[in-house]
Amino acid sequence: MPQDLVTSPLPRPTDPPVTPELVADHGLSPEEYERVLHVMGRELTFTELGVFSAMWSEHCGYKNSRRLLRLLPTEAPWVIQGPGENAGVIDIGDGYALAFKIESHNHPSAVEPYQGAATGVGGILRDIFTMGARPIAVLDSLRFGDLDSPRVRYLFSGVVAGVGDYGNCVGIPNIGGEVAFDRGYEGNPLVNALCIGLMKTEDLITASASGVGNTLMAVGARTGRDGIHGATFASEELSRDSDEASRPQVQVGDPFTEKLLLEASLELIASGAITGIQDMGAAGITSSASEMAGRAGNGVELDVALVPVREPGMTPYEILLSESQERMLVVAEKGQEDEVRRILEKWELEAAVIGRVTDDGRFRVLEGGVVVADIPALPLTQGCPTYEREGVESEEVKALRSADLSAHATPSGDLTELFLRVLGSPNVANKRWIYHQYDTTVRTGTAVRPGGDAGVVRIRGTRRGVAATTDCNGRFTYLDPRRGTLAAMAEAARNLACAGALPTAITNCLNFGNPLKPHIYYQFREAVRAMADACQAFETPVTGGNVSFYNETDGKAVYPTPVIGMVGVVEDVDHITRAAFRNPGDAVVLLGRNSAELGGSEYLYVTAGLVAGEPPEVDLMAERRLQQAVLAMIQAGALHSAHDCSDGGLAVTLAESALGSADPGDASLGVEVTLDDDLPPVAVLFGEAQGRVVVSCAPERLDEVLRLAADHDVPARSIGAVGAPGGALRIRVRGAAVELPGERVRDTWLQGLSGIMDAPHAAGA
Amino acid sequence: MSSHRLEIRVKPRPGLLNPEGKAIHHALAALGWAAVHDVRVGKVIYVDMDADTPDAALVEAEAMCRKILANPVTEDFEISLVPAEGGVPS
Amino acid sequence: MKMAVITFPGSNCDYDLYKAVQQVGGEATFVWHRQRSLHGYDAVMLPGGFSYGDYLRAGAIARLSPVMESVVAFARSGGPVLGVCNGFQILCEAGLLPGALVRNASLRFESRDVHLRVERQDTLFTSEYDAGAVLRVPIAHGDGNYQADDDTLERLEGEGRVVFRYVDPTGTVTPDANPNGSWGNIAGIVSADGNVLGMMPHPERAMESLLGSADGIGVFTSLVKSLSTAAV
Repeated sequence: MPQDLVTSPLPRPTDPPVTPELVADHGLSPEEYERVLHVMGRELTFTELGVFSAMWSEHCGYKNSRRLLRLLPTEAPWVIQGPGENAGVIDIGDGYALAFKIESHNHPSAVEPYQGAATGVGGILRDIFTMGARPIAVLDSLRFGDLDSPRVRYLFSGVVAGVGDYGNCVGIPNIGGEVAFDRGYEGNPLVNALCIGLMKTEDLITASASGVGNTLMAVGARTGRDGIHGATFASEELSRDSDEASRPQVQVGDPFTEKLLLEASLELIASGAITGIQDMGAAGITSSASEMAGRAGNGVELDVALVPVREPGMTPYEILLSESQERMLVVAEKGQEDEVRRILEKWELEAAVIGRVTDDGRFRVLEGGVVVADIPALPLTQGCPTYEREGVESEEVKALRSADLSAHATPSGDLTELFLRVLGSPNVANKRWIYHQYDTTVRTGTAVRPGGDAGVVRIRGTRRGVAATTDCNGRFTYLDPRRGTLAAMAEAARNLACAGALPTAITNCLNFGNPLKPHIYYQFREAVRAMADACQAFETPVTGGNVSFYNETDGKAVYPTPVIGMVGVVEDVDHITRAAFRNPGDAVVLLGRNSAELGGSEYLYVTAGLVAGEPPEVDLMAERRLQQAVLAMIQAGALHSAHDCSDGGLAVTLAESALGSADPGDASLGVEVTLDDDLPPVAVLFGEAQGRVVVSCAPERLDEVLRLAADHDVPARSIGAVGAPGGALRIRVRGAAVELPGERVRDTWLQGLSGIMDAPHAAGA
Repeated sequence: MSSHRLEIRVKPRPGLLNPEGKAIHHALAALGWAAVHDVRVGKVIYVDMDADTPDAALVEAEAMCRKILANPVTEDFEISLVPAEGGVPS
Repeated sequence: MKMAVITFPGSNCDYDLYKAVQQVGGEATFVWHRQRSLHGYDAVMLPGGFSYGDYLRAGAIARLSPVMESVVAFARSGGPVLGVCNGFQILCEAGLLPGALVRNASLRFESRDVHLRVERQDTLFTSEYDAGAVLRVPIAHGDGNYQADDDTLERLEGEGRVVFRYVDPTGTVTPDANPNGSWGNIAGIVSADGNVLGMMPHPERAMESLLGSADGIGVFTSLVKSLSTAAV
């Protein structure tokens, strides 16, 4: 095509004129549009406006987060690929690398929970296998309102079914995650999915359009009208009529096609026929093509008339911005197009040549040979203005944090009764209602299934395993974004250490409200700063992640929820350790120190409906020593179990270790401990002080365990012993006790969530 | 009050991907039905109910569709009255 | 001992079966569903997964795959065929086993460990177990509820063709031990000739105590042993 034709595309006859109103509808401010005009040096066509609006949206452009995110450490000797690609990649030894990333699908799940969650899983799987890694596990981090609302039960059951059906069909085991129910998420559920994938280090491939003259190919599913402007949609608050207004944007997932695409993509990468591959995710062809060009410093030219479509009459605008699922953009080596087609054809998928890599740095789109968009690629992908906003803490939260909780330190009733209420709360109770809907064992790698501190997958052909966890206590981050984020990091690292893994790196999913509101930006800023500090302290760099703003309904934001997805390496599968006590008579040891802290606890929420007080303090160096002590004990073979102390407090931790999996055939054990702290019994039992782990060991190893703790400067004391199968739970505190038959503990724990969801008419609408 | 039989056809909304239809289309093509150019799968639900008039039954059925039988985000529906003696799978 | 592990579009337990066969010393080969010949194989395995996304009915589209003609011929000539989970569903759709696997009674996907009682010790697939042995094996399915008409069920029971039944950890058949509503707690059945076994639970996922259970190994060692005995 002659170069002189490309400068100024003519509007298509059916295009609406680009007016200030239309620009505003596309989510661009007048100043931002000025900048666009400056970049372009001329007026835009409707198609070009759509392209800019998507690429300069919050979702693609990170305009309100990018500056702060630069604070996060991203480097370490074991980091192979940091942020900016489809997923981060770390070296895990023995010639293997791990690709992993977490992503949100909050807004789609609020509108259509089943499809929203399913497509969320689909998207994160594609981010992993486009790096050349085979997905080996997923985790899901979910948050909903309180389950007494039928709407919440509908959202919850739909999301769980969607996460399950998609992952089950593709055949990726779910190895863990978390769920929280709190009125802070009413109306705006959070659905975050993390995927980890395994590859040989040399199989890494990136999403860049290198090699001028190489061929762009669209592979996988056809392009339809679904999800157009999902990226912009994900960057706006939900309003009451979202149900109605956003219907056409819902995307339908097809996990069957995803499975074929997974196999085909890995085969393509192995074939050497391609130089780059990227998911057509948010903002579809536009973002994948322009980002691949931008990364390589090249240009791309594509013709929308060559893109296989599902419906006739689609405009360039629609084709460029469609978010139809299960599609990939591939850069084939020139001359290798037939090899790409052959591989796709084997997997019964389509591949079509849609364009080529150019040397002019332009993102150029044609429609049947006629230019409809012509934009410099770099400003499009990198030039989105970024902002640092004003951040001011909300007075309301300050007041909540300084609330006087002293009255709550005196129990409002019988301690045993209170314990049962905490244990039976859906936030604490057993989560089998969820993970029994997830295939956890496919691919025969899952050594630790959901329900423990972290999931663990062994790496076949090596002695190694990888552990992964997702953590964040939204109440803590709400009351104090800094402390809450430190706690999330600390808990994630403790969880990995308890499983026998060395915490290695993180991916984050930052779920917040509208960043233009000063109190939200304050939350975001404090969370990112705290995360940076904790990443430094734990030597766990950030390799990627996702920012989800505008999680608000009718102006009310969710709790700030910076979810930490942390991965760790298990040196030897013999180190894999579980939360469950193993042998009656074993010594039970508390590592770390109890405190009087009750702020932000499940106890306050369950007994008083309160989210208030100072969340527990976090000492990063003490946490680091604790992690190292637990690992040292595990690697010495001294421990029979290790369990992190978190939601619900120490009493719940002890009960969970005693109950074990509670699966048929796995006996629950009793436990008998005495806690003589000079603290209010309520705080000892239910406070959520950080830096604590409960371990068990054979009595003859007790001295060694205590010595290893002392070596690491970690407070430790023997608090009691593991009881008999089916035995009672007895926790004595100063002047009081929690005492229950094992059966009662077990029933309460098992029924807390299942009882609500399996009740007649639980389905909701 | 008399008994009415309603046939409710729940259909995938136009424009939305219908993965099941796509897979069946593929299978039909593989079996030689090359002339088939689209397949979409929905469901048919038969409801027997008491109502004063056929119109009242239809109104109720529409409410059922909006409330539970169809997912308004991904599905459309059509309702018709059918004779109680026929048209229903045993 | 050459075992063909058939891969249909959407199969996702083919790799697990392949590794299970290797673990007991068998030689496993992936066979793509478009291949027509099964010449040279001693046994055929249909893996779990979601062939064709389970669209239409689980197994309904896969059974029309080119390879299935050969699978049917292989089975009719007495060759051992094992279908696990989706493989069981395909065998039923293909008419190699009677009955059908319908939606779980809970209407949900069910994934967890179950206990199975070995009802028949004298099959190609169970000879290495003690009769009445109780195994712990994972299930992971949405459509595992075994149903058939009364005549078929009567015949299956009368001919002793139920090979595995869901039981509690003590080996007792109870309603609570039944994860999906299957008639008579049926978890696996054999064909009249005894050479085709279909089962919903996944023995190939119970091959190592590291992963939770090694109770499934017997299915594979039994098959290898039966085949080597036959070969002598």
